Amino acid sequence: MSPSEKQVLDEGGIERVLARMAHEILERNQGTSNLALIGIRTRGVFLAERLQKKIFEIEQKKIPVGILDITLYRDDLSEVGPKPEIHETDISFDLKRKVVILMDDVLFTGRTIRAALDALIDLGRPKVIRLAVLVDRGHRELPIKADYVGKNVPTSLQETVIIRLKEKDGKDEAVILGGTPA
Amino acid sequence: MMENHKTKWTKKDLLGLRDLSSDEIELILDTAKSFSEVSQRDVKKVPVLRGKTVVNLFLEPSTRTRVSFELAEKRLSADTISMAGGSSSMTKGESLWDTIANIEALKVDLIVMRHGSSGAPHRISNYTKVGIVNAGDGINEHPTQGLLDIFTLREIKGKIKGLKVVFVGDILHSRVARSNIWGLTKLGAEVVICGPKTLVPWGIEELGVKVIHDVKKALDGADAVTLLRIQMERQNETLFPSIREYASTFGLNTELFKYAKPDAILMHPGPVNRGVEIESALADSAQSYILKQVTNGIAVRMAVLYLLSGVLKNEK
Repeated sequence: MSPSEKQVLDEGGIERVLARMAHEILERNQGTSNLALIGIRTRGVFLAERLQKKIFEIEQKKIPVGILDITLYRDDLSEVGPKPEIHETDISFDLKRKVVILMDDVLFTGRTIRAALDALIDLGRPKVIRLAVLVDRGHRELPIKADYVGKNVPTSLQETVIIRLKEKDGKDEAVILGGTPA
Repeated sequence: MMENHKTKWTKKDLLGLRDLSSDEIELILDTAKSFSEVSQRDVKKVPVLRGKTVVNLFLEPSTRTRVSFELAEKRLSADTISMAGGSSSMTKGESLWDTIANIEALKVDLIVMRHGSSGAPHRISNYTKVGIVNAGDGINEHPTQGLLDIFTLREIKGKIKGLKVVFVGDILHSRVARSNIWGLTKLGAEVVICGPKTLVPWGIEELGVKVIHDVKKALDGADAVTLLRIQMERQNETLFPSIREYASTFGLNTELFKYAKPDAILMHPGPVNRGVEIESALADSAQSYILKQVTNGIAVRMAVLYLLSGVLKNEK
């Protein structure tokens, strides 16, 4: 951890937060019926897979996990060039009548979620879409709100929130980078 | 999961595989892989080229390529117009220059162009800000066909490097063969060319391919075989005695195909002339990926249009 980094969640913290979110999701849905998880590439997918495991530990039921790449639905796509790389969307179950829990690592402006909602609707018509995020750092630019929040982390616009996960980064933590603390 | 590319797409046009690096080719192939999912959905549309206009300028007859491009454009939400040679003002004496200038004045973003003269899109591209996609120029190149062939091969074999790919037929008039040769050799495949001496261009070995005129020897150990149609429309002299004689010497059938590897795949850019370059039963066999190529063509063309559209903004 470099000096300008401030840790807001460690490995144990992420574990506990995900365990609580799993319970909250199951409580609100009264079990696993029609439940499906969809992770937004890249780290949202790992988090969705972890939630799937937690939910299995609680209910002994394996709920499906899908992968969503939102690049093609970005609202700044016509402004960026060269074009960002696109990756595959892989949702192998029917979205119809599903209670979809959309999972992402950080909720910031809300634009990624707006794109994800458009992408999901093009893939089918779920009964409900709910949003789960590991960290909500504020500064929304669109009227979007998370249903399940791992941790609210007040930040300034000069700061960056970074989530590191074992699957990709070798360790589990959430840190704030740079800027002056809000 | 796909690896991240170091290469970013920076070219305004796609003129040929000759101009591309192996990294750029792989970037297109990987992008196409992601787009192939879109065509499997109920809603076969993504808002990538919303508000962009694409003109399909086909100054030479085409059905499959034009339809494939049109579908790719529509699935990317672009507005599209198709112009054919016979129905445009070019029959009234307008030059290609002026046609392109007029299209540019209509504020078009991309032109997909097929032309009977080799190099036509290359010349045009220097004089317009509009992005040009070469959809076949004379006997030079047909880059999106080459890319979709390589995409299909890679999808089935999992790699390109080290594969032996054989082309049988009319190489002389084949822009498909040329695009494939440029692309495959850059990606490390071994390319073998086979056909009557009159239909194999002199000096083609300089492109890094092997020429073997005996079909059985050419097919030996092949991982993939691509058949090329005899392009009667491009021949104004007799290059072989008769269609029947060609079919009996170079026409591929189930027996001959056994000289290739047991798991070899068969490809054909179409249109297929059953009974000439290919026996009907072989065209319909499990080893034939001709229709898979057609499906993959849309994804590859979507990828190309997507990548090119990212460069437009920088140019303006």
